Amino acid sequence: MSTTPSSEFFIPKLKTDIIISMLGKGLRPNGRKVDEIRPVTIIKDYIPNADGSALVKLGNTQVLVGVKLEIGTPFSDTPNEGNLMVNAEFMPTASPVFEPGPPDENAIELSRVIDRGIRESKAIDLSKLAIISGRKVWNIWVDIYVLDHDGNLIDASSIGTLAALMSTKLPNIEVKDSGEIVIDKSNKGEPLPLSKAVAAVTIGKIGNYLIVDPDIEEESLLDSRLTVIVDEDGSIAGLQKSGAGYLIEEELPTIINIALSKGKEVINTVRNIVKGSK
Amino acid sequence: MEASIHVQNRELVTPGQILGSGKLTISTPTTVYSVGGKYYSAVVGLADVEGEKIGVIPLEGFYYPKVGDLVIGVVTSVGTNSWEIDIKAPYHAVLYASDFLNRPLNPARESLSDYLDIGDVIVAKVENVGRGRVTTLTVKGKGFGKVSKGSLVEIDSAKIPRVIGKKGSMLQLLMNESKCEITVAQNGRILVNNCPNKDSEEVVIMAIKKIEKEAHIPGLTDRIKDFIIKEKVRRGMFSG
Amino acid sequence: MGKVGMKLIESGLRHDGRKLDELRPISMSVGVLKNANGSALVEYGRTKVIAAVYGPREPQTRYMLLPNRAVIRCRYHMASFSTHDRKSPTLSRREIELSKVVREALEPVVLSELYPRTSIDIFIEVINADGGTRTASVTAASLALADAGIPMKDLVAGVAVGKVDGFLVLDVDELEDMYGEADMPVAMAPSLRQITLLQLNGVLTPDEFTQAFELAKKGIEAIYSVERETLKKKYLDVKVED
Repeated sequence: MSTTPSSEFFIPKLKTDIIISMLGKGLRPNGRKVDEIRPVTIIKDYIPNADGSALVKLGNTQVLVGVKLEIGTPFSDTPNEGNLMVNAEFMPTASPVFEPGPPDENAIELSRVIDRGIRESKAIDLSKLAIISGRKVWNIWVDIYVLDHDGNLIDASSIGTLAALMSTKLPNIEVKDSGEIVIDKSNKGEPLPLSKAVAAVTIGKIGNYLIVDPDIEEESLLDSRLTVIVDEDGSIAGLQKSGAGYLIEEELPTIINIALSKGKEVINTVRNIVKGSK
Repeated sequence: MEASIHVQNRELVTPGQILGSGKLTISTPTTVYSVGGKYYSAVVGLADVEGEKIGVIPLEGFYYPKVGDLVIGVVTSVGTNSWEIDIKAPYHAVLYASDFLNRPLNPARESLSDYLDIGDVIVAKVENVGRGRVTTLTVKGKGFGKVSKGSLVEIDSAKIPRVIGKKGSMLQLLMNESKCEITVAQNGRILVNNCPNKDSEEVVIMAIKKIEKEAHIPGLTDRIKDFIIKEKVRRGMFSG
Repeated sequence: MGKVGMKLIESGLRHDGRKLDELRPISMSVGVLKNANGSALVEYGRTKVIAAVYGPREPQTRYMLLPNRAVIRCRYHMASFSTHDRKSPTLSRREIELSKVVREALEPVVLSELYPRTSIDIFIEVINADGGTRTASVTAASLALADAGIPMKDLVAGVAVGKVDGFLVLDVDELEDMYGEADMPVAMAPSLRQITLLQLNGVLTPDEFTQAFELAKKGIEAIYSVERETLKKKYLDVKVED
């Protein structure tokens, strides 16, 4: 059952007032412009035992994404396609309010939004991931570990997922005559077939003000937010409104425009970093 | 801004429906709200327009206690120095032993269940609705306290104003026609007592249920009057 | 039914004969459950959803109550027989997400600050699923809240717009959702022009998004007027007994 969370409350009024009055002048207490995202740093291949990985910092928010490839069986309706599974864990290390245990509704929502963005934009060419048609395919497990929560977990996770997938190599395999498949992880194989890059851009709404990439202090004041998944062609590959507030129609074009331009920026940043750091 | 009202008096309205704009006074603050100089209904109900005053009488609802309300409660739990009372509200209410006994309780010699036990009915007044939403009741005064006889009728509390009627007219009609004593509580409970006979009691109860069902249809008082007369004739109550 | 070669739109009509901007037959009723404080049954074509509202009330567990407002608890659940293959009755990840999305579609309209330290519980059962279950759920829950007499700023109405065979279509059903290119559920509080639910599953260009939103608004207006008539009908249908 989904319940109104208590963390949305008990914010000192003196804190709220100054943030809102600054927003009125187009300023944020953290010094950013309303449409400015925090600096992104990425360390790819951070986890040697993973087939792809990235440690991402979006400001002080830290997310570690690991990709594991396993041999699995295809679903009956997609016999020649690999499978994608995205899971997110909000680690107890990341925030005093995160408790150990199975993913809560926020973690589930986050992973499903990321999953839909990759799946619907066909970012991964799943049809190239069949090993033996109808019988054996690659299963791609994307596990998102939130290590430190300073707001906007979804955009950080999306950057981490993109970077990890870009750095993922398919293990070398040998199909024996008996049908047995031997995985050789001693040296890295071909890169995972990525056909498109996508990025999530979240715009928060505080009163009548819109801000991109809210930090945790701003998040505690958000009425609502809209996450826009943007693909490299400039299309919208997913939307998710969340939070107890609402959006108004007039805000949509502004949100979409900010997201499209920031999304492009984020995709380029990730590309440059992943390519650059050999 | 020029004040204007967009609905007729007693018009059936729904949540989000615009009622008026400009400088108006809200007569029912929980069922009408205003945004940007416009007034909207927050419930399904009947518009109540009087000059520049706008309100909505809800047709659905639940009882929410206010200080001074007369309520009929049922004891649901007996504690060491207070009773927990169900008043059909979102929160249960508390009645303290000292209020009921008018003296401190002597826990060594007496138990609260000697006075009020689970299932007992009381007529009380809402004394306090605390910041922590703890509702306390009082039974001090004439006509309050434990009820040991009579019939209890429960209806939707939103319909209670119709049972009372304008300036008490409906309640007066019910009592005059039945010769029963009727205690109408704000929380949707009605106590019918000291009726001259079983027939009068039954007619009153049926009339109350009819009011609940037809509360929003104009001409209610006349219909109830006709209903009671017909019932009395049918039961041969005029012959004596 | 194959994914390849199947045409879902032919000469401007959809597989069930609807026009591109046509809703399925919509039917609604309120007060369908006796015990709930408010209830509603909503049907968008073959999608059937029941919503029940209990409260404001003191819940069994008081730890989650808030001192300054009522909490809203919401469960979106699909009955095991509601889908083609039997669905496990335990809550799936999808149902957990949708419980949150539906709750957040209703939060903006409920005047929860009137009832501190209480809980308003919304239970939604999808009893037959044929696409658009989350938007039908929002509509049903909104009606059930109004039927319970819980003060709210506006009713909320929802509908999904899809992109099928390159066309934007209103009120997608399951087949269109499954084989279409995109599905965009939207819910609004129409009087206040507030968007309370917005999701997109699939890819749309910015222009398509703008058109899809306009189409959703058109559907929402129509559904909203059925909601209002449904709430009024409950009273207008009461016959005076002689």
